Amino acid sequence: MKRLLLFTPLILAVVLGVVLFAGIGKDPNKLESALIGKPVPEFLLTDLHNESRELTREVFEGHVSLLNVWGTWCPACRDEHGDLVWLAEEKGVRIVGLNYKDNRDDALVWLDRLGDPYQVSIYDPRGSLGFDLGVYGAPETYVIDAEGIVRYRHVGVVNEKVWKQDIKPIVDRFREKI
Amino acid sequence: MYPELGQIALILALLLAVLLSVVPLVGSVTGRDQLLAFARPLSAGLFVFVALAFGLLTHAFVTDDFSVAYVANNSNSMLPWYYKFSAVWGGHEGSLLLWVLMLVGWTLAVAIFSRRLPSVMVSQVLSVLGMVTVGFLLFTIMTSNPFDRTLPNVPADGADLNPLLQDFGLIVHPPMLYMGYVGFSVAFAFAIAALINGKLDAAWARWSRPWTTVAWAFLSLGIALGSWWAYYELGWGGWWFWDPVENASLLPWLSGTALMHSLAVTEKRGVFKSWTVLLAIVTFALSLLGTFLVRSGVLTSVHAFASDPDRGTFLLALLAITIVSSLTLYAFRAPVVHVRSRYGSLSREIFLLMNNVLLVAATLLVLVGTLYPLVLDYLDMGRLSIGEPFFNLTFSPLGIAAGLLLGAGIFSRWKKTDGGWLGRKLLWPLAVSMIGTSAVLVGYGTFEPWAFGGLFSAMWITVATFWDLWEKSGSRKGRLHGLRRQSRSYYGMVFGHLGLAITMAGATVASNYGIERDVRMSPGDTAMVGDYRVAFAEIGNRRGQNFTAEYGRFEVYDSDGGLISTLYPEKRRYMVQRNTMTEAGIDGGLFRDIFVAIGERVSDDAWAIRLQYKPLVRWLWLGALFMAAGGFLAISDRRYRIRDKVAENGKAKAPNAGGERGADPVGAAS
Repeated sequence: MKRLLLFTPLILAVVLGVVLFAGIGKDPNKLESALIGKPVPEFLLTDLHNESRELTREVFEGHVSLLNVWGTWCPACRDEHGDLVWLAEEKGVRIVGLNYKDNRDDALVWLDRLGDPYQVSIYDPRGSLGFDLGVYGAPETYVIDAEGIVRYRHVGVVNEKVWKQDIKPIVDRFREKI
Repeated sequence: MYPELGQIALILALLLAVLLSVVPLVGSVTGRDQLLAFARPLSAGLFVFVALAFGLLTHAFVTDDFSVAYVANNSNSMLPWYYKFSAVWGGHEGSLLLWVLMLVGWTLAVAIFSRRLPSVMVSQVLSVLGMVTVGFLLFTIMTSNPFDRTLPNVPADGADLNPLLQDFGLIVHPPMLYMGYVGFSVAFAFAIAALINGKLDAAWARWSRPWTTVAWAFLSLGIALGSWWAYYELGWGGWWFWDPVENASLLPWLSGTALMHSLAVTEKRGVFKSWTVLLAIVTFALSLLGTFLVRSGVLTSVHAFASDPDRGTFLLALLAITIVSSLTLYAFRAPVVHVRSRYGSLSREIFLLMNNVLLVAATLLVLVGTLYPLVLDYLDMGRLSIGEPFFNLTFSPLGIAAGLLLGAGIFSRWKKTDGGWLGRKLLWPLAVSMIGTSAVLVGYGTFEPWAFGGLFSAMWITVATFWDLWEKSGSRKGRLHGLRRQSRSYYGMVFGHLGLAITMAGATVASNYGIERDVRMSPGDTAMVGDYRVAFAEIGNRRGQNFTAEYGRFEVYDSDGGLISTLYPEKRRYMVQRNTMTEAGIDGGLFRDIFVAIGERVSDDAWAIRLQYKPLVRWLWLGALFMAAGGFLAISDRRYRIRDKVAENGKAKAPNAGGERGADPVGAAS
């Protein structure tokens, strides 16, 4: 009987293990965007490449796009940049860039040097659109459907794995609807 | 080419670790002594190859080899040279390699310093350490290889070391902490070897003790350094945040403290064996749990490394294998306690048992508080964290109770203590601490129940410790002779307990009598914090090697108007990562710190300034220094050295004949 008591620590450890196992992979930073299912907020900002060209919500209309929030000040953005170029060139994904709280010249040099995966680049030096979107930190990537409605939000770096597991299924689903 | 050599060194180390975990163990089971002899050379080889890998990674940092992904992510050519060294452990992969280096370092130390132990025992211990090393080397090589290359697209420059880590505290904090964490693996290995052999005796406890004490001393230093760093570097003057990662280091410390005391009882009196061996397993398991919590991304924390589910799963598997196998072994092999009353209800055994109960309760409390959010999430009750109030409310009474118990326990005797005698013995220390505490509280001006409890407890430990020292050192040849006659391990205990008292006093006073003010100030303004007047003299700019800074000049005057010091808090902007760091200006002193930090700019010429008056805050870390010093004193005791000499001379003396009298860190058996 006393021998059985000595099994208590083992049993407790196993129970704790199950709880810990369930915790893996659930990102504690995961934040549901309040905007999911709602249209992209109204904005009027300039094109990164062309100061006199003004951009509005209409850039999203007619295509399923990814909206990628980035800045030259963000090291993780450098990490994901190669994958974004790959997505744009190899997979033909339409990516709209939101250059967030950054400097136009720095951003242009960066795109020149590392390649430009963005079909359209929005320049948001004050972070006003970022604020309306509820951007938590760069990089962040949103899936926007052809009607300009936010369908998904990913916080952190987009790489091949994230694309295949999380983003591609959603993009495919909304592409079919067009 | 060097990074590839590092990679090869790691793989060779893995092979050696596999051999180490199998060959000596097989030898001990089959009784083939020639196999046992492999244990020491294999441990040495293992250490050489891991050290080589670590050296090559350091080389990659020093030479700015950005073709190595880990270097590119954690260094930059502008980084000052000393941070290039500490950047080696600035990220997940490198700090893991440091972990492994410490582990094989401890293994080597066991191989070197255990020549007097039976060779079967030593080889089993080394084998168990080898198994742990296999697990961590596999983890490193398979999920977190520091030598991965970025070829062919080598970045022109690196992403830089996180500015938070560009600091002296962070050069020394992780190595100390890991020395402690990993050091408990030795006590664990001894426990497992003893379970395999079925020999849980006083000898086992005696051999485990010095290793446990050293690991505990390093862990105390590591935790204190972390707290000190958080205090001056995170910028807002807190010293303990009950952050999951801080808790992860506190957990093995608490259970390690319990282990240290329970090992003493097992060695001296041969009781609590099953309990002690369980504590040894649990302490190491908690060290591993800490590693898991930090590196798996299941909890949010300022310390957490990039979360990666693969790493989390791998680590959890490692944790599960270690813990399940050792606890299963425990369940089958631990001796079932035969209830035979060998000690009375007021004996030193009982006091130490109660100490263990309190420490384990504190461990469980911190564990529950830390994992509660995960459990809630598992039960689908949402994500939330319980935070500071819970810990402060529940941890403080336990700390105070432990202190009260400690003071009384110092006077208790093994086997049986007469209650009336103990009561009379405690009367004077009680009176002295009561008066002392009241005097301090009058000095600080207000009465707070918690402050009284904490201070009284600290005072009580101090008075009892000195009282005991005074009584023990009485000698006909004079006081000095009496003091000299006490063993180093006794002084180790004195230092350890005084350290605890100092830390408790610091924590109590700093949290109850500290003053914090957030004010808006422009150059030329003055503000009061406590009795001190702080004048904002000017604001300026300066340039460091890899940052630019906006600094303020603040003059601090005492109540008589005399200038005490001039402080230069800064807001630094690091050029590569473009983030801003607050460097506080601190005028430190033994009895109080004055702390000034610059916050956001609120208008063209005004800044948010945080002013703090922190009485006794340094005592927190001073106490930890005392505790660590106590640990090192205890293991330098004669009885450990004398046996060395006996072994060296090859004289067949009884191993304990040398310094047994009074050589007892829990207090000489009077």
